[in-house]
Amino acid sequence: MAELNISIDRLMLKNPVLTASGTFGYGVEFDDFFDVNRLGGFIVKGTTFHPRQGNPYPRMAETPSGMLNAVGLQNGGVDYFVKNIYPKLTGYQTNVLVNVSGSTVEDYIACAERINELEHISGIELNISCPNVKEGGMAFGTSCPSAEAVVRAVRKVYHRTMIVKLSPNVTDIAEIARAVENAGADSVSLINTLLGMAINAETRKPVLSTVTGGLSGPAVKPIALRMVWQVYQAVKVPIIGLGGIMNATDAIEFMLAGASAIQVGTANFIDPLTTINIIDGMNDYLERHKIASAKELIGQLQM
Amino acid sequence: MILQSENKLRDIQPGQFANILVDKSQSTFLRRPFSIHFVDYAKNTIHILIKGIGAGTKCLSQSQPGENLSVIFPLGNGFTIPVQPSKVLLVGGGCGIAPLLLLAQTLNNKNHQVHILLGARSKDDLVELDAYQKFGTLHITTEDGSYGEKGFVTHHHLFADSLNSFDYIFTCGPEPMMKAVAAQAAKNNIQCEVSLENTMACGFGVCLCCVTETTEGNQCVCTEGPVFNIKRLKWQN
Repeated sequence: MAELNISIDRLMLKNPVLTASGTFGYGVEFDDFFDVNRLGGFIVKGTTFHPRQGNPYPRMAETPSGMLNAVGLQNGGVDYFVKNIYPKLTGYQTNVLVNVSGSTVEDYIACAERINELEHISGIELNISCPNVKEGGMAFGTSCPSAEAVVRAVRKVYHRTMIVKLSPNVTDIAEIARAVENAGADSVSLINTLLGMAINAETRKPVLSTVTGGLSGPAVKPIALRMVWQVYQAVKVPIIGLGGIMNATDAIEFMLAGASAIQVGTANFIDPLTTINIIDGMNDYLERHKIASAKELIGQLQM
Repeated sequence: MILQSENKLRDIQPGQFANILVDKSQSTFLRRPFSIHFVDYAKNTIHILIKGIGAGTKCLSQSQPGENLSVIFPLGNGFTIPVQPSKVLLVGGGCGIAPLLLLAQTLNNKNHQVHILLGARSKDDLVELDAYQKFGTLHITTEDGSYGEKGFVTHHHLFADSLNSFDYIFTCGPEPMMKAVAAQAAKNNIQCEVSLENTMACGFGVCLCCVTETTEGNQCVCTEGPVFNIKRLKWQN
């Protein structure tokens, strides 16, 4: 067995495999499929201060090698999470993180304060990159001053590990990564979905109720890989890579580009066992290449 | 299509579905959900009714005997099987007839009085009538009048003459058809459940893509449904 453990700030991960917010429910949905405790950790779906109904149906369009979604952060709000979901999560023997989103800086702060009280939540992922909500979300993550402001504000009230999830819908992602690092982020995760669109030629109408939505799946992997590589050269904090990871080879590519850990997203929909296959496949790769530890892969792209 | 499971079949409720990976298609990415049409516990098989419409269903319908498919099942919630002896009307249209065979068998086994009304465009679109006939009294409508009564299912004389005699109506088919059936059920104060079909990414409640508007807000068709009592849906429009 190769050593798979990785650290992200104070978080000790038994392996570099996490799950992407919005693709893994609250974790409990996967208990039927495999032992979720085998994961390095999982990130539960986007939680906001106020409850959100999300966008109207249709919210999804299948696209070549991927999909568009326009869910719009449907969730019961942070109070609902604390009261009804959190008690189900305290028994897991792995890292449970909460993705936090908001429409205003005050919402982010209020939500993060509540999560800060939860002993069994090892960190938050600050979502400043959701493309599917009218106010906030991606608006915070597409300019350096607004990204810095929200991260700095949440840093004051949140005392465990804070990962900031970056939007790819920017001209220079490295610049944003530097800004959030300066504002106190412990880690950055990238990429969130790419803004896209689907049209039904027969009806001449947009497929999604919101017209545009977020593209994910293998279609975005080359872009995600490029951005991880660029950000790796720009910041010192550990990077969590995601975007179209379907198997262990994809995951290893992200680590070579500079990621310390990875998240599996859309692949969870197609094969709920993807994460487990990646953990096993990563171990096989390390043994085959006679590499003692997964840490030795990080940023080891040979130029 | 008949699929034999590697594992011993769990108890499957009529109305539950299977999510099938379309491995050999270049243009599909996500699984395709299908109602479970019939179950043979002795042979450890489930039956799926597939009509090749899009790239995914066309590819699946060309599967050869002996091929392996990745199938996640049983998913979702089925129809409510009445406890008291009841008179039940099943209304299916188009591909929506699929879950009604297993439902008819289950109701028939529990000694309910089962009537099955199937609607199709034309005689050629009707399949497996013999199978349905085994589990209840069969009624047919076709839009072109080539078989049974002419018109939509709601034009069948059952709706005008004896709808009031039914305790339950269970329906699956195109949404306009289900809405028309549901409206008649509501008017006559008959319990009615419908099986919805929204586009899904995961099928087990984590992507939140397949939602429908309910009295309790947006809910996933895959985990809260696909079968809903019409009282829970916002179908008044």
